[in-house]
Amino acid sequence: MRRVSLETVFGLIALLVVGLVLSGGAATAAEPVPGLSRPWEIGMQPAHSPVMERVHEFHNLLLVIITSIVVFVLGLLGFIIIRFNARRNPVPSKTTHNTLLEVVWTAVPIMILIVIAIPSMRLLFFANKAETPEMTLKVIGHQWYWSYAYPDHGDLTFDSLPIADSEIDVKAGQVRLLSVDNPVVVPVGTQIQVLVSSDDVIHNWAVPSLALKKDATPGRVNETWVQINTEGTYYGMCSELCGVNHYFMPIEIRAVSKEAFASWVEEAKQKFASRPQPAVAAAQSSEQ
Amino acid sequence: MAYGAAVAHDEHDHHPHGWKRWVYSTNHKDIGTMYIVLALIAAIVGGVLSWWMRLELTEPGLQFFDGETQLYNAILTAHGFVMVFFVVMPAMIGGFGNWFVPLMIGAPDMAFPRMNNISFWLTAAGLTLMTLSLFVGAGPGTGWTVYPPLSSLAFHPDASVDFGILALHLAGAGSILGAINFIVTIFNMRAPGMTLHRMPLFVWAMLVTAFLLLLAVPVLAGALTMLLTDRNFGTAFFAVAGGGDPLLWQHLFWFFGHPEVYIIILPAFGIISQIVSTFSKKPVFGYLGMAYAMVAIGVVGFIVWAHHMYTSGIGVNARAYFTAATLIIAVPTGVKIFSWLATMWGGSIEFKAPMMYAIGFIWLFVLGGVTGVVLANAGIDFALHDTYYVVAHFHYVMAIAAIFAMFGGWYYWISKMSGRQYSEGLAKVQFWVFFIGVNVLFFPQHFLGLAGMPRRIPDYPDVYAGWNFVSSVGAAITVVGTLMFYYVIWHTYRYGKTVSDANPWGEGATTLEWSVPSPAPFHTHEELPVIGPTGHHHSKPAE
Repeated sequence: MRRVSLETVFGLIALLVVGLVLSGGAATAAEPVPGLSRPWEIGMQPAHSPVMERVHEFHNLLLVIITSIVVFVLGLLGFIIIRFNARRNPVPSKTTHNTLLEVVWTAVPIMILIVIAIPSMRLLFFANKAETPEMTLKVIGHQWYWSYAYPDHGDLTFDSLPIADSEIDVKAGQVRLLSVDNPVVVPVGTQIQVLVSSDDVIHNWAVPSLALKKDATPGRVNETWVQINTEGTYYGMCSELCGVNHYFMPIEIRAVSKEAFASWVEEAKQKFASRPQPAVAAAQSSEQ
Repeated sequence: MAYGAAVAHDEHDHHPHGWKRWVYSTNHKDIGTMYIVLALIAAIVGGVLSWWMRLELTEPGLQFFDGETQLYNAILTAHGFVMVFFVVMPAMIGGFGNWFVPLMIGAPDMAFPRMNNISFWLTAAGLTLMTLSLFVGAGPGTGWTVYPPLSSLAFHPDASVDFGILALHLAGAGSILGAINFIVTIFNMRAPGMTLHRMPLFVWAMLVTAFLLLLAVPVLAGALTMLLTDRNFGTAFFAVAGGGDPLLWQHLFWFFGHPEVYIIILPAFGIISQIVSTFSKKPVFGYLGMAYAMVAIGVVGFIVWAHHMYTSGIGVNARAYFTAATLIIAVPTGVKIFSWLATMWGGSIEFKAPMMYAIGFIWLFVLGGVTGVVLANAGIDFALHDTYYVVAHFHYVMAIAAIFAMFGGWYYWISKMSGRQYSEGLAKVQFWVFFIGVNVLFFPQHFLGLAGMPRRIPDYPDVYAGWNFVSSVGAAITVVGTLMFYYVIWHTYRYGKTVSDANPWGEGATTLEWSVPSPAPFHTHEELPVIGPTGHHHSKPAE
C-alpha cells in the first residue's frame, strides 16, 4: 500500500521535473514567425541567437536545480505534516540543536550556488560584448517609438512606428501591439554591435527570442550585441515603464540573408532619403 | 472601533476616553491597534487598485483604460506604494511590533511613547497624501521606482509626483522615528534576565528591521529631496542636460529599495518563527542560527542593490559582483527554511489557522525564493528583467508571503489583542480560499514572464491571453478570500468566544505575551518579570 503510493508520488514528481525541463528548453523547430511566443506557452521563446541559446542552456540547468529544491523542501514539509501531526505524535521531542545538520544545510547550498555561479559568469561575460562586430546598429528610444540608424551603411536612419490596432492587417502577418511600419532589417549570421540610447525618458530595447534587453537611457550609450541565426521576424516590446504608451512601443526585427540586406539598404536609402539628416551624415552618404 | 470596545472595559486603568484616547495615544497597544486599523483600510485601497488592474488584464485589448493608460500607470504606482508603505509596514512593524515587542521583552511600554504617537500620525498623513496623489492632475504614472526622467517635471508636469514624494517623506519620517523607538526599547527596556540571546525571534526580527529602516530610509529621503528640488527648484541631480545622471537615482533608490524588501519580510520571519514553535510545541530549532541568519540577511541586503539594475548599462564586472553577492543571500534564507522544518520535525503539530498560514508562508517563500536564485544571475536577466517572471517572483516571496505572515499573526494574537477568539472553521475556509486564490493568481505569471510578457502594461499581445485569464480567475478567488478575512474580523468581534485564559495555545506558547491576561490590560508588565536561566523561556515573575 505504502510502497505503491510512494512510487506514484515519485512518478508524478519525475513527470513534473521532465515537463518543466522540456518547457524550459522550448521547441527549437522552425516556425513561421520565429520571434513570437505561442498561446499557453509555459517556457521561454525559442532561441535564435548565440546568447539566447546559452540563456536556454543555463535556464535548463537552473530549472532542474530549483525544481529539485522545491520538490525536496516541500516533500519534506509534506512528510512532516503527515508524520508529526499531534494525532500521530502526541509527545513532542525537545531537540533544538544538531551541529552537523546545521553545518550541512549551510554548506550544501553554498556548493549548489557555486555550481550555479560558474556557468552564470560564463554567460554574463559572453553576452556582454561582440568580440568582432561586423556592423553597428544604433537604437534611439522616443516617447513612443524607436528610431534606428546604420552608421556603417551611409548613416541610413528611419523611425519605426507602431501600427494602430484598427490598421493591423492579419493576413499580411501583422501582429497586434507588435508590428511596426518600418521594421529594423538586419543580416543573419552577422555579429552586430547594438548601441542603445534615448532622447527623452528611459526605455528598454528588448527582444526575448534573441536575449536582447538593454535600457535606453538619455545621456548614455549602452552597448549590447546580437547575431541572429535564422531568417524571420522577431518581436519585442519596450521593457522599461516610459509613460502613457509604454505598452504600445513594439520592436520588430526582420532578419534577412546578407544579399537581401544589401539590396534592402539601397532601397531604404531611397525610401528614407526625404528624411532630414544631419549635415555630417548627409556628407558621409554622398561620399559612398 | 471594535478593538477599542474590547479593551475599553478595563475600568481600573487611568487613561483618556473617547477620541482623545486614540488621537493623543501614547500607549503601545492602542497605537499598535491604530496601525492595524490603518493597514486594514489601506489594504482596501491597495486591493481595489490591484483588482482593477487584474480586471483590465483579463483579456487582450483595453477594457477600462482606453485612452486612460496614464491612469493605469498611476494605479500600478499607487498599488505598490500603498501595499508596501501603508499595509505591510504599518501592520507588521507598527501593528504587531508595537503590540508585542514590549510584551515579549517584559517592558511596560515603548521607550518613547510620544514619539510613537507622532510616528503613527505621520504614517496616516502619508497615506492621505498618497491617496490624494491619484486625484491630482494625471496621477503619478511612474511606477513605485519613480525613475527620472519620467518622474521629472518635463514628463509629469502636474503636482501628482510631488504629492507622492511628500507622502513618502512623511511615511519615511514616521518609519525612522519608529525604528529609533524599537532600537532603544529593545536595547534598554528588556526585563531582568531577558538577555539578547533569550529574546523571542520576533523581537530579533524587529531589531534587525529597525536597523535596516534607520540606515535605508534616510537614503530614500535624500534621493526624494533631490528629485523634489529637480522638479521644483531647478537643480539637475538627475537631469542629463544639467550634468546630472538618471542612473544616480537608480543607485540611491535601490540602495534603499533592496533593504526595504527585507524590512518587509524580516518581521514576517519573526512571526512565522513564533507560530511554528508554538504549534509544534517545540522551542525553535537552531535559535542562534535563526537570529544571526536574520542579521546576515540584513547586512548582505545592503550590498546587493544593483541586481535591480542589470540592464541599466552598469559594467560587466559590477554585474558579476552583484550576481555573486545576491546568490549568497540564499544561504541564510536556506538556514531559515530548514530551521523551521527542523522545528516542526519531531513536533506534535496542531494545525490551527496560524499554523496553516505559517506552512502556507513556507510554501510561498520556497517557491518565490528559488525564482530569486534564478533572477540573481545577471546573465539570465536578458530574458527575464522587467517581465511578469519578476512580478510572480516578488509577489510570492515578499508580497503574498508577507500577507500570509500578517494573517497568521492576526489569528495567532487576536485573542490577546481583543479578548475574543476567532472561529477555527471560518478561518480554515478563509485560509484555503486565499491560498488557492493567490497561487492561481501568481503561478501562471511565471509562464507569462518566461514567454516574454513585459510588466507594467495595460494591454498585451494576444498570445499571452490564456495565462492572463487564468491569473485573473485567481485574482477573483483571492478577492473572495480577502473579503472573507474582513468577515472573520467582524465575526470575531461580534460572535468570537471570550477568552479568559492568558494562554489559549497551551505548552508551545512560551513567550511573555502569553503570561498577561487576555485581552491584554491597558498597562502590562508594571512589575518587571524576571527571566530564568533556562534558555529563552520565561519563568514566573519573581515575588
